[in-house]
Amino acid sequence: MTTSARGVDAPGRAQIDARTLRADRWWLPPAATTAGLLVFLVYGGVRAFQQQYFFADERYLTPFYSPCVSLGCASEPGAAHFGMFLPDHPLIPYAALSLPFLLLFRLTCYYYRKAYYRSFWLSPAACAVPEPHATYTGETRFPLILQNSHRYFFYLAAVIALINTYDAVLAFRHPADGFVVGVGNLVLLVNVVLLWAYTVSCHSCRHVMGGRLTHFSKHPVRYRIWTWVSGLNTRHMFFAWITLGTLILTDLYVMLVARGTIVDLRIIG
Amino acid sequence: MSYTGRFRVWRGDTDGGALQDFEVEVNEGEVVLDVLHRLQATQTPDLAVRWNCKAGKCGSCSAEIDGRPRLLCMTRMSVFGTDDVVTVTPMRTFPVIRDLVTDVSYNYAKAREVPSFTPPADLAPGEYRMQQIDVERSQEFRKCIECFLCQDTCHVVRDHEENKEAFAGPRFLMRVAELEMHPLDVADRVPAAQEEHGLGRCNITKCCTEVCPEGIKITDNALIPMKERVADRKYDPLVWLGRTISRRR
Ligand code: SF4
Ligand code: SF4
Ligand code: FES
Ligand code: FES
Repeated sequence: MTTSARGVDAPGRAQIDARTLRADRWWLPPAATTAGLLVFLVYGGVRAFQQQYFFADERYLTPFYSPCVSLGCASEPGAAHFGMFLPDHPLIPYAALSLPFLLLFRLTCYYYRKAYYRSFWLSPAACAVPEPHATYTGETRFPLILQNSHRYFFYLAAVIALINTYDAVLAFRHPADGFVVGVGNLVLLVNVVLLWAYTVSCHSCRHVMGGRLTHFSKHPVRYRIWTWVSGLNTRHMFFAWITLGTLILTDLYVMLVARGTIVDLRIIG
Repeated sequence: MSYTGRFRVWRGDTDGGALQDFEVEVNEGEVVLDVLHRLQATQTPDLAVRWNCKAGKCGSCSAEIDGRPRLLCMTRMSVFGTDDVVTVTPMRTFPVIRDLVTDVSYNYAKAREVPSFTPPADLAPGEYRMQQIDVERSQEFRKCIECFLCQDTCHVVRDHEENKEAFAGPRFLMRVAELEMHPLDVADRVPAAQEEHGLGRCNITKCCTEVCPEGIKITDNALIPMKERVADRKYDPLVWLGRTISRRR
């Protein structure tokens, strides 16, 4: 088929010159999505490799450096909770054990798939707006067939969320002052709660918790968990975006305190 | 309030056609279908438009308004400004017959490819018993009025005629999900969802959900859960191992 006879111009369909008659600003959501994702990728990329300003007030560890397992973490005593064993190299992020999997978790996420298929790949950019590609096989072939591995990244992300929770709890203990609560604690706490909300509202989680069952009546507990996860799942897109924001803000806060640009306000202690 | 509305309506057939401009009276409370009927009554007695219930329940009046797949009888004129030009075309994924009427037989062919409800062999009709919580998920999908707006908007077939062969479309992948989740259906529909009905071609971009006049969460509640079931069966070595071991016991 020639390019001009594709899709809405295929033989037999109503002959209309305009490939789309949508007159609203349909390009706005994909453009905003592209911008939002790029901001996060650039910020995250820069910070992951900066290897500086990741631990503040001897207790706040930014999620971008958790778990801190590089030999380089020794520059901030107290930052490494799980040992230091990765070589200290400018191309190896200190959290090289978690970051790639978190990236893959989001890359294979059903929501982000929708977001980048629409924005980066324009497939489709908006509903009833023709996509530019001549052929289309969806997720039937390599590499996109690998999207089916999403559940494995969900399991790993849950483990990493546990580590982030541990970090947030540990941050209440100052090596010299004992139990303290600062603004940074609240920042870490809000971030970790939202990370859990994003992780638990995952479609694979919904499936694993109970979605795969045919007879809910035989599994009352799993049915209740499924119902609860389903409720969160309707807000999965919201959590996907809000956590990109809280991750940046949390990291920024820790970085600014670590650099001495701002002072962390103590509420207790 | 009554005003003269400006419309562009596609008129033609398989041999060709064009958008034609009309000025028609619009009254308060009307929907696009009302105005098309007035157009038929006053200016274009031969305008072809399919409709039946005028209540958003029969699924006959599917078309595209300002480029978006919609029901003509459920699109209120009040969503447009009095100066707007309202463009109405037939659905652009199916072959046109005349004016706003398309040939939707692709959908009937796909419907026939889904094996029907298969109850357990030892149950006679009248003996079916099931719990509400077990049928709930399937019931959401029963709200479908078969307007085929989701099929029309899905880029898999809208933008790629050649995919019609291999892809059942959201409406019928949802039908597969409905039966797969049904407590009394014993047929195994998971491999076929991927291999025969083309589930892998869906890239979960949710346009079907966006246009569904019944508000069915097609992608979240039917397509993604089916993708997860397919992953269980075809792409998850752990689940496969678990099943094999538990079967041996
Ligand atoms: S979510 Fe899948 S089935 Fe629905 S419109 Fe998009 S590609 Fe088509
Ligand atoms: S699922 Fe919704 S959009 Fe698709 S045919 Fe049924 S009612 Fe129409
Ligand atoms: S994290 Fe988004 S669907 Fe799993
Ligand atoms: S006429 Fe029945 S749905 Fe519009």
